[in-house]
Amino acid sequence: MPEEIKAHITGVVYQVTAKPGDRVQAGDPVVVLESMKMEIPVEAPRAGAVQEIRVKEGQTVQEGDTIAVLA
Amino acid sequence: MIRTVLVANRGEIARRVFRACRRLGLGTVAVYSEADREAPHVRDADRAIAIGPAPARESYLDVARLLEAARASGADAIHPGYGFLSENWRFAEACRRAGLTFIGPSAEAIRRMGDKTEARRLMAGAGLPVLAGSAEPVADAGEVELIARDIGYPVILKAAAGGGGIGMARVGTPTELPGAFATATRRAQAAFGRGEVYVEKYLERARHIEVQVFGDAHGTLVHLHERECSIQRRHQKLVEESPAPHLPAATRQGLAAAAVVGARSIGYVNAGTMEFLVAEDGGFHFLEMNTRLQVEHPVTEEATGFDLVVEQLRVAAGERLAWRQEDIVQRRAALECRVYAEDPAKGFLPSPGRVERLALPSGDGIRIESGVEAGSVVSVHYDPLLFKLVAAGPTREAALDRMARALAGCVVEGVRTTIPFLRRVIESEAFREGRVHTQMIEQGAFNA
Repeated sequence: MPEEIKAHITGVVYQVTAKPGDRVQAGDPVVVLESMKMEIPVEAPRAGAVQEIRVKEGQTVQEGDTIAVLA
Repeated sequence: MIRTVLVANRGEIARRVFRACRRLGLGTVAVYSEADREAPHVRDADRAIAIGPAPARESYLDVARLLEAARASGADAIHPGYGFLSENWRFAEACRRAGLTFIGPSAEAIRRMGDKTEARRLMAGAGLPVLAGSAEPVADAGEVELIARDIGYPVILKAAAGGGGIGMARVGTPTELPGAFATATRRAQAAFGRGEVYVEKYLERARHIEVQVFGDAHGTLVHLHERECSIQRRHQKLVEESPAPHLPAATRQGLAAAAVVGARSIGYVNAGTMEFLVAEDGGFHFLEMNTRLQVEHPVTEEATGFDLVVEQLRVAAGERLAWRQEDIVQRRAALECRVYAEDPAKGFLPSPGRVERLALPSGDGIRIESGVEAGSVVSVHYDPLLFKLVAAGPTREAALDRMARALAGCVVEGVRTTIPFLRRVIESEAFREGRVHTQMIEQGAFNA
């Protein structure tokens, strides 16, 4: 089952640390958000392959937005 | 002479500086990014000038735009506030070259103390105790390991180009070293444009105590006593107070004397803060100097009765310090709580959004420094400080009781804040008894 990874906080995408096709473990950062001078990683909730990244660096995301999809 | 002051900042500190300017009859100029068009600080000034888009790099950190705003508005002085460009020596120098008075120390003092390894060398040379560590930035994790083997774990990695707790990483064991080194380097690069880090011995259960110093251009330099700032998360302060509770008299006097010697050794002018770590045995070590006004300056103002920002403006205009050392005494106890838009239940994650409702307490001994009002949008682009709550009283107990009531009287809706956490700190037995150290929050001492 593909699983959407959602932003748990509103922020600006500081860094995209994974790309489609990458294998990630649970807890690996997929995207790093910047909010109020803090860097906040959005982590993979489980192991899997990254199917899709839906954000670009510099983009603003709202809490609850899907930032990536795990296969 | 200064006639009109542009404040190159936003939020509560911009408003605080404008208030001091009005006291002295000076004109005021605000600058604002697109995100701050409706912000209270914009309305507080005589004039306001738009300086660019919301990201700080394109507005509050853009030197050319700030200088242009000063020229366009006829300002003849710039107050940098704290954060943003306040400790950027190139900005201070650019102001001077543009014929503007920079309200702060010389560019040279900012540069020398901004290089944290140079500051350590300078202060050690002046006779101040510094922690064991590297004299220069370290090349790689391997070099850190050699130093750590010599001075013993835990150690702490710090950015050489900047302070304020940004990019610090505590290393407890050799296995944590490579990851911590990479993180510290990356954060230093992102925050200061220079990835260099240095290493220091990490003191367990130490207190963070700092001394306010103030110098004028005529060779006078005084201290305004200490502030206790140990209640920190992510190496950044949440609660400060003056006097520091239960500090042995010898330590208190030693800190003040060291701060004055250190600041005098570099001919420091204007407001500055010498930061120290105080070990459990009362021994202390110089950490760094902040060459600017601190967030927590109201604690010193309430304790001593002196207005630091008014004095910054007077001294920047070339006047002599109005205070003699013997007149500066801690007449009252004062505390400050920083109310941030953060969720303490989620590890102090930022909580941006709109402030839907805001009710702030008032009363004897209560002072509020707020950058927001009902309807304000707390943006992801800036520091999440909403307001500072300051409580003072004839005794520490009186100040604590006032603070507890003030915290209970705050209503903030729309964003999560540090208020519930601050209430637990103020009501905790450890804090009430003044038994504090810098690791308390991370160790869960105030968890619900």
